[in-house]
Amino acid sequence: MRRAVLTTTGTSALVVVLLSLKPHQAPGLLDASRRPATTVSPRTSTGAPPGATTATGTFNGDPIDTRYGPVQVAATLVKGKLTAVRVLRAPDENGRDQEIAAFALPRLTQEALGAQSADIDSVSGASYTSQGYMESLQSALDRAGG
Amino acid sequence: MADRAYGLRHVEHVMGTVFSFDIRDRPTPAIRRALDDAVRGLHHVDAVFSTYRPDSAISRLGRGESGLTTCPAEVREVLDLCGDVTRVSRGWFSATPGGVLDPSGLVKGWAVEAASQLLYESGAHNTCVNGGGDLQLRGEAAPGAPWRIGVAHPLRRGALATVVTGRDLAVATSGTAERGAHILDPHTGTPALGLASITVVGQALTLTDAFATAAFAMGGGARGWLESLDGYEALAVTPDGREWRTSGFGW
Repeated sequence: MRRAVLTTTGTSALVVVLLSLKPHQAPGLLDASRRPATTVSPRTSTGAPPGATTATGTFNGDPIDTRYGPVQVAATLVKGKLTAVRVLRAPDENGRDQEIAAFALPRLTQEALGAQSADIDSVSGASYTSQGYMESLQSALDRAGG
Repeated sequence: MADRAYGLRHVEHVMGTVFSFDIRDRPTPAIRRALDDAVRGLHHVDAVFSTYRPDSAISRLGRGESGLTTCPAEVREVLDLCGDVTRVSRGWFSATPGGVLDPSGLVKGWAVEAASQLLYESGAHNTCVNGGGDLQLRGEAAPGAPWRIGVAHPLRRGALATVVTGRDLAVATSGTAERGAHILDPHTGTPALGLASITVVGQALTLTDAFATAAFAMGGGARGWLESLDGYEALAVTPDGREWRTSGFGW
């Protein structure tokens, strides 16, 4: 099959980016200046990893300053599964930033959500320069994990 | 894919993007040390090559405040490699794309390949190192299962243009999707707009990534050039959504 979209059904493989967003076990260590350097255990294809959060609710991430301006997202989880990401703040100063906000952030959301069932190991061509999105989402998931 | 009872993953924000390590081998102490070394290596590369840092070796060299002989050895290695790619691409790749010394088009792939090599030498033979969407893959995802790499579609959010599968591969994509028109035509110094994205598949990421950058600058002319290269295949998406593949691109 030439084409596959990220919503392809399949349960075993997860996009690396999503694994990076798995809730941490050490909440309360957050500050906007930290450099997330997350080493996590692998998930197997059956169920949630040991110790994973089963939180339900919407959790605001920290606002993260990026080269393009502050980015803040809120993550909604149902029993620990990421079901929605809402962008609360995104850069909007100029055309390039608007392009990033209008294009990259929704795509990151799609990938964060869709990756949970995508039968692929990783993605080429998504450079995640909007790293503030990832950091803010990580902090939201940290909060959920707490 | 079979269940994996072990493995090691790590994500690092460095060089203005996100690097991820996905190690499918049992994590021995040697592999964990190599991962730490690889991460430190990326920060070192950033400190040496960042054009955003006025104090980096590459910035000082670019301003003429230091000479090549006083730069770290890796600066000469990278600039030599840039020169090779400039020649092979007939000038469509440049270490001074906008008139300023900036080997970024090669450094990231080179750093990923070096990190992958460090892991390999420590015994991690089945790994995926992803540097901002450019990947070096070694071995396989699981015994008997090749790596499966989605290629992000540059024009359709959340969609993939294709899925590349294989063992011991490098996959690099250059495009305008996320960072806008950021690759310059070295002949004119203006943004290259002929393609929406191009994905090049090869064996080793340093050249694969630099060839993707050169091919993106070439635009439509890249097709014939890529066909002429042994060991590299490509998929391009044009700004109007059409696609072309080199004859050996089997995905």
